[in-house]
Amino acid sequence: MSASSKVIKDGLWYNNPIFVQVLGICSTLAVTNNLRNTLIMVLGVSFATSMGSLTLSALREFIPRKVRMIVQVLVLSFYVIIIDIVLRAYQPAISKQLGPYVGLIITNCILMGRAEAFAASNPPGLAFLDGLANGFGYGWVLLVVAAIREFLGFGSLFGFKIVGDGFTPWTIMVMAPSAFFLVAIALWIANNYKAKAEAAKKAAPGSPGAPAPQKG
Amino acid sequence: MIDAPNVGLLSLFLASILTSNVLLANFLGTCSFISISKDFKSSMGLGIAVTLVIGITAAVCWVVLYYIIEPLGIEYLSFIIFIIVIAGVVQMLEMIIDRFSPALYMALGIFLPLITVNCAVLGVILFMQIRKYNFPQAVVFGFGSGAGWWLAIMLLASIRRKLDANNAVPAGLKGTGITLVTIGFMAMAFVGFSGMIAVQ
Repeated sequence: MSASSKVIKDGLWYNNPIFVQVLGICSTLAVTNNLRNTLIMVLGVSFATSMGSLTLSALREFIPRKVRMIVQVLVLSFYVIIIDIVLRAYQPAISKQLGPYVGLIITNCILMGRAEAFAASNPPGLAFLDGLANGFGYGWVLLVVAAIREFLGFGSLFGFKIVGDGFTPWTIMVMAPSAFFLVAIALWIANNYKAKAEAAKKAAPGSPGAPAPQKG
Repeated sequence: MIDAPNVGLLSLFLASILTSNVLLANFLGTCSFISISKDFKSSMGLGIAVTLVIGITAAVCWVVLYYIIEPLGIEYLSFIIFIIVIAGVVQMLEMIIDRFSPALYMALGIFLPLITVNCAVLGVILFMQIRKYNFPQAVVFGFGSGAGWWLAIMLLASIRRKLDANNAVPAGLKGTGITLVTIGFMAMAFVGFSGMIAVQ
């Protein structure tokens, strides 16, 4: 397996930001009751992660270790400002709906996490790919969550009505708690699937790959 | 100078703790919330630190926003400026606590740097900017949101103490999974307050 295909597979599945690293659920969950807004946020996060990783990896020789964190934050916020300005200029309605959540991409832990864990010790091209893969690995999970929430909460997908008038929308799907439940369910399915795959690989059913090590 | 929304300070304070809790209604600061709530004592320390930092940065950022950013017309730089202010306040708080209360520094020290990248801090400031709060409202909203976050993490840490000792949880759901479900139930309970006070 070549380095780049490993990076892509890690980002999308084996080291998925949501399932394995449990990072960055903060800012983007809030907009998952609507598929269109989620798509824009996911694209924004992927752009900021990949470009941020690229820049920080290119600069990694020049950044003193002590001020590393603040340089990372500044570089990342530079890209987020670009996203914000572009959204404001071309999609003012969506920019208004997203409100503070565009700015909050800066503090999305995935960005800092990838900058610190990968870009700080790998060449720019690979770092860019890693950022992109992590952005999309994070994105597909959120898009699934958003599709479920919008379908059950409004009976529509991307704003187009799918079901007839007889459908009673699930109010809970529009509200905050459902996002937590859906991510938990997605995590459960992913963990079980992984445990099964691992058990099949080892052919020793005694040791299913438990998720994170837990005390008690 | 600004047309602040007509909200009483007390109702704003209660609303930011209960009905529009930064964590449970707006999903801010979930990352550190999940990882730290494993441990009761650390939750307490982080809760206090977050409350202090959000309250102080909300006040400082309000001044910076209306006396520096707006007069100079550099709104497009506001994200970067806010981040720098947060980092600065955290750094100063760290030095002050270290100077005057080494015991407290030992307890809070490791959490303070973490807070710079806590989404709750930046989130509260961006909400303050968008909702156009006046100065007293900004301070009350800041401290209220911090207190709400603190309350939420203490509740979750107490629940997790029992939960993590329980073996009835399915293997695939252990750890983060069951924590997310718990947060979901807590969010439902907090949403139940929403008829009482409304804020925006």
